Amino acid sequence: MSAARPTTRTGKDSAPPKPGRKTATAERKADTGPPPVGRPDVRRRTDLLTAMLRIRRFEERCVELYSAAKIRGFVHLYIGEEAVAVGVNEALTPEDAVVSTYREHGHALARGLTAEAVMAEMYGKATGCSGGRGGSMHLFDASRRFYGGSAIVAGGLPLAAGLALADRMRGMPRVTCCFFGDGAFAEGEFHETANLAALWNLPLLLVCENNLYAMGTALTREHAQTDLAMRAASYGMPAWAVDGMDVDAVEQSARRAVEGIRAGTGPHFLELRTYRFRAHSMYDPDRYRKKAEIEEWKSRDPIDRLTHLMRDNGELDDSELTRIEQRITDEIDRAVDAAEQAPEEPVEDLLRHVTSTSAEEVSRP
Amino acid sequence: MNAVATEGTKTTYREAMREALREALRSDDRVFLMGEDVGRYGGCFGVSLGLLEEFGPDRVRDTPLSESAFVGAGIGAALAGMRPVVEIMTVNFSLLALDQLLNNAATLLHMSGGQLPVPLVIRMTTGAGRQLAAQHSHSLEGFYAHIPGIRVLAPATLEDARHMLAPALADPDPVVVFEHGSLYNASGELLPPTAPVDLDHAAIRRPGTDISLITYGGSLPKARAAADELAAEGIDAEVIDLRTLRPLDGATVTASVARTHRAVIVDEAWRTGSLAAEVSARIAEESFYDLDAPVERVCSAEVPIPYARQLEEAALPQTADIVAAAHRAVD
Ligand SMILES: Cc1ncc(C[n+]2csc(CCOP(=O)(O)OP(=O)(O)O)c2C)c(N)n1
Repeated sequence: MSAARPTTRTGKDSAPPKPGRKTATAERKADTGPPPVGRPDVRRRTDLLTAMLRIRRFEERCVELYSAAKIRGFVHLYIGEEAVAVGVNEALTPEDAVVSTYREHGHALARGLTAEAVMAEMYGKATGCSGGRGGSMHLFDASRRFYGGSAIVAGGLPLAAGLALADRMRGMPRVTCCFFGDGAFAEGEFHETANLAALWNLPLLLVCENNLYAMGTALTREHAQTDLAMRAASYGMPAWAVDGMDVDAVEQSARRAVEGIRAGTGPHFLELRTYRFRAHSMYDPDRYRKKAEIEEWKSRDPIDRLTHLMRDNGELDDSELTRIEQRITDEIDRAVDAAEQAPEEPVEDLLRHVTSTSAEEVSRP
Repeated sequence: MNAVATEGTKTTYREAMREALREALRSDDRVFLMGEDVGRYGGCFGVSLGLLEEFGPDRVRDTPLSESAFVGAGIGAALAGMRPVVEIMTVNFSLLALDQLLNNAATLLHMSGGQLPVPLVIRMTTGAGRQLAAQHSHSLEGFYAHIPGIRVLAPATLEDARHMLAPALADPDPVVVFEHGSLYNASGELLPPTAPVDLDHAAIRRPGTDISLITYGGSLPKARAAADELAAEGIDAEVIDLRTLRPLDGATVTASVARTHRAVIVDEAWRTGSLAAEVSARIAEESFYDLDAPVERVCSAEVPIPYARQLEEAALPQTADIVAAAHRAVD
């Protein structure tokens, strides 16, 4: 394969600048990102705002339901990071694939999973998107090519490379997008995958959600070199850092990356600088972060930011916002009601889905 | 289709395996082979020699030394509709990919509520006997047989080497195939298949009435040799080749013990927590009243496999050990 690499890379006329030694210094200044590719119109901005609000409100309801012991297990909230899921998803089509982590409510909802299917999964009900087998950390929807929820940090990366490999071998113009955190970047699986994807010129979008912490470990305590985009660029792929609190910047950088990937220039890497406003999980007392730091990031809330921008532009008024909020509340109310009513999978079905031939027959002598 | 004569001809285990791969690559363009040195080098045990020339570098794909990434990539490609055959040089190195195998391949179907089957075949060598010392000699089939969600195969004969791959590829779930390194040079006449290889059942390789020798993989030739020695003494041993280690075919074992009333389990893994322990426990659960003697186990010594020849030999189950165990059970 490696022999084919130079030709594939240079063969496409519309290809963005080739990565390599000279460009290995990633465009890594946060807040700059790539140049805009046409401002979204009002309709588009409204959609982005709605999508982010939907994730935010869904998760806020999860907090209530968790406190009420309606949902259990490890629940990792995405609050604060919504611009990443929403902005990146805008650049993808339904044919593309998304591989996600255990902090995937936002990715799943942005990908078009219904609040009902996700909520039922949180309840462990048979109608959940994983039939109640997965819970918060393992959301899947094959029909939407959402290869969801891996709770092994970095475990989804090689799998994403494989999805992209299959597409490449069959000449399908699809992109596989893999989300992962700054913590995952320290795992060997990230580096093995980055090398493999660049070596084989795979149509893979690597989206690192750099929220500055891996559980309680700050970026500076987990990485000898904290400039992640620059390190990714060393594998010979275009890589740049983007303000992950600005949904516009996220969307535009993702579009540019996806266009490059579809043009055949191989994997691209985005480091999205973002922040989770909540603790790592519901179990985390969050002792490792300063209040001031959290407040400072909250002042950059991607939802507030877009709301203000739209208000200043005269693109959004109170009644419109109320209408959006009401629609979302109704949808989540319906999802919770449905989850409450939904049937549980019977215990007799415990051994289903172990192998494709239903319950595994481990025959006894 | 069958350009190469494969039946009724003299061949080796290695060639039989290669022929199986060739047939798979020919008959289904979703199939591709991937692993370290499977292409230009010809496979570190020579199994895939020549396939690169025949099928090209896209389908006989050399990978970097990245066990986790290329096993995981196999899983992803399987999810996306391909039929990858991933080769890992030895079971020892597979531990670097155990996360992908256990936490992804074996688990995705269940975690997704049945949405994501992973039709993947993983081949790897196993076992000792070539003075390769501890990091190239272990038998960890039992580790994998422990995991629900995967099928584990141990082809021990030319026929199984030649004909197990097709049903393994037809299985919608992940299949792990263990090839014992000492078997590659085994040669003989490849018999035409009378039926497709049955991946659900153990095979009785030698019927007998006095004692059941239960084994798999690289220990099969030793168990057969032991049966020959015992036969010369008038002890008629039945030799059972488990060949599918998960799901384990307990029924064949039970039926055999019901006939012979004695059992010796031969397993190159360490005795503690081994597959031999599992088989032994099942016999205790299901065949206790059929037994005329305690179950015997012949396993490797509880030591990382040493380099020195005499130590390695002493660590591994040998034919003489099997004969001695049979005597203890029969006498
Ligand atoms: C292989 C592995 N090691 C450790 C853990 C425990 N763990 C869960 S999340 C996490 C932090 C991951 O941080 P990051 O990748 O930055 O993602 P984030 O949670 O910030 O989204 C750790 C250590 C795990 N799930 N998997």
